[in-house]
Amino acid sequence: MTTITAGLSSGMRLRVPTLSANVLSVALRELREAVRSRWFLLYTLGFAALGLGVSYASSASAGGAGLSGFGRTTAGLVNLVLLVVPLMALTAGAGTIASDRERGMLVYLLSQPVSRLEVLLGKYVGLGAALLACICLGLGSCAGILAWKGDATRPLSMVWLAGLSFGLALGMLSVGMLASVLARKASVAVGTAIFLWLALVFVSDLALMAGTMALKLRIEELLAMALVNPLQVFKMWSLHAIDSSLDVLGPAGLYAVDEYGGRLHLIFGACLMAWVVAPLALAAAVFSRRAPV
Amino acid sequence: MITIERVSKRFGKTAAVDDVSLDIPAGDSVALWGTNGAGKTTLIRCVLGLLRFRGRVRVGGFDVRTRGKPARRLIGYVPQELGFYDDLGVAAAVRYFARLRAVDGVEVEKVLASVGLEGHGGKRIRELSGGMKQRLALGIALLGDPPVLVLDEVTASLDACGREAFIALLSGLAGSGKSLLFASHRVDEVTALARRVVLLEKGRVTGEVSPQDLGVRLGAQTVLHITLHDRVRGRAIDVLRARGFPARLNGVGVLVPVPAVQKVAPLRILAEERIDIEDFELLGASTHEEHRP
Repeated sequence: MTTITAGLSSGMRLRVPTLSANVLSVALRELREAVRSRWFLLYTLGFAALGLGVSYASSASAGGAGLSGFGRTTAGLVNLVLLVVPLMALTAGAGTIASDRERGMLVYLLSQPVSRLEVLLGKYVGLGAALLACICLGLGSCAGILAWKGDATRPLSMVWLAGLSFGLALGMLSVGMLASVLARKASVAVGTAIFLWLALVFVSDLALMAGTMALKLRIEELLAMALVNPLQVFKMWSLHAIDSSLDVLGPAGLYAVDEYGGRLHLIFGACLMAWVVAPLALAAAVFSRRAPV
Repeated sequence: MITIERVSKRFGKTAAVDDVSLDIPAGDSVALWGTNGAGKTTLIRCVLGLLRFRGRVRVGGFDVRTRGKPARRLIGYVPQELGFYDDLGVAAAVRYFARLRAVDGVEVEKVLASVGLEGHGGKRIRELSGGMKQRLALGIALLGDPPVLVLDEVTASLDACGREAFIALLSGLAGSGKSLLFASHRVDEVTALARRVVLLEKGRVTGEVSPQDLGVRLGAQTVLHITLHDRVRGRAIDVLRARGFPARLNGVGVLVPVPAVQKVAPLRILAEERIDIEDFELLGASTHEEHRP
């Protein structure tokens, strides 16, 4: 920790907080704020309720078919995560900086001995922790209730699913925060986040199908295009990690397994990591240059 | 303690601050005086390192652009209105900012008592009045005993009683060896707190005067005390304020600061409005009343 003595009366020393201390302070504040907010409660309850619904429906349709039943449940939960987690992370990230700027809180916060990078990272860590809690509560309650009802569960699959969901959430949080530092108003940032969510969830799938038909894409091009979308990366990685197979994805999945085999984990990991790091780095660069008002 | 060298800040084609230089030694107290849009707040934000600007600002020898954190550690900042999480508790806010300022072992009740907020630690910020929020902001600004206080029109949103109490609180600090830089619209505030008044107009420094000379310069030398029946005092104040005279209640009458050449104008206005005047007197030279440049 740096200590200042220059310009002070004799014997007086002032300490300057470190990066890690400030990031932790801002993160804890953001986490408390998120946990107490309505969005956290609504998303967690909604996520858990939908997860339970999916689990029961899959389990019932499998007729108590044990592990294969759980495989269906997992596939259902993957699709649920694909819808809910990106929306949750994008809107949480988009609301944070823009909302603080709009309410005049950002000027006050940045007038303290804290750097912009510390504020951004602190908010990211705090919201990331809130999202992790939300995912763990949602998926944990599904697993817990299924186990209590006597249905088959694979703890490792649930851990994989939770971990990959968290990775997806961090990527989408980065994108949301980029939208937040770019927008002047919180409503614009959140609107942009919802538009991005729609584009990633629905439009990109349609574009992929249309591209395949119209442009007669080769299988490796199709895989490359799928890897650009973090939601597709999550879907492929989840299925690969849980079932060691991508058969359900058709020719592209078979090609991926045949061509890359064990390296797929690395490829998927690098793609998701790029979605975490690149938007966050861009957000930090923009945030360091923009006026907080 | 604060050195401002040839600072310029433009917003598009508008020069908000234009080539301003200013030196504020330790213990000095400088008021920035000017109309809305003169550049007071922008200059303060440059001093805090919140905006990108041309020129250089150093606080305690630290360049606010390259060593922003240590520079801001030397500054306690009070904005026009405290913008922070309204749901946050008062004590929690003090603790949070103490962590951001690297102040260990802060005794919240002592901090609150030092600004007249004893017993309010359990409240949420939204439950505080405007004056109490400003006191809280001052308490936070004083955490860790910074040698510089920067105040941005801190009494602008307060009523007359709140303003007087807040100025009394600040005047104790002005004589305590701290350097003060503050923006103000009000002669009473400037007279109570400043040793020097820097006049700003369209972003440029147009002169420097003593607080006593400011009143003379503005022609605010006379205060009219008008005695009125209590039934009509409120209406009289409203009428006078609507016509541009900053009238306020004082005992059995109304105090009206007036330029020397307009002494009779308030009496004429009240007569036109058929408000009976019981008596009046001229209180002579004063710079203790509210005036806008």
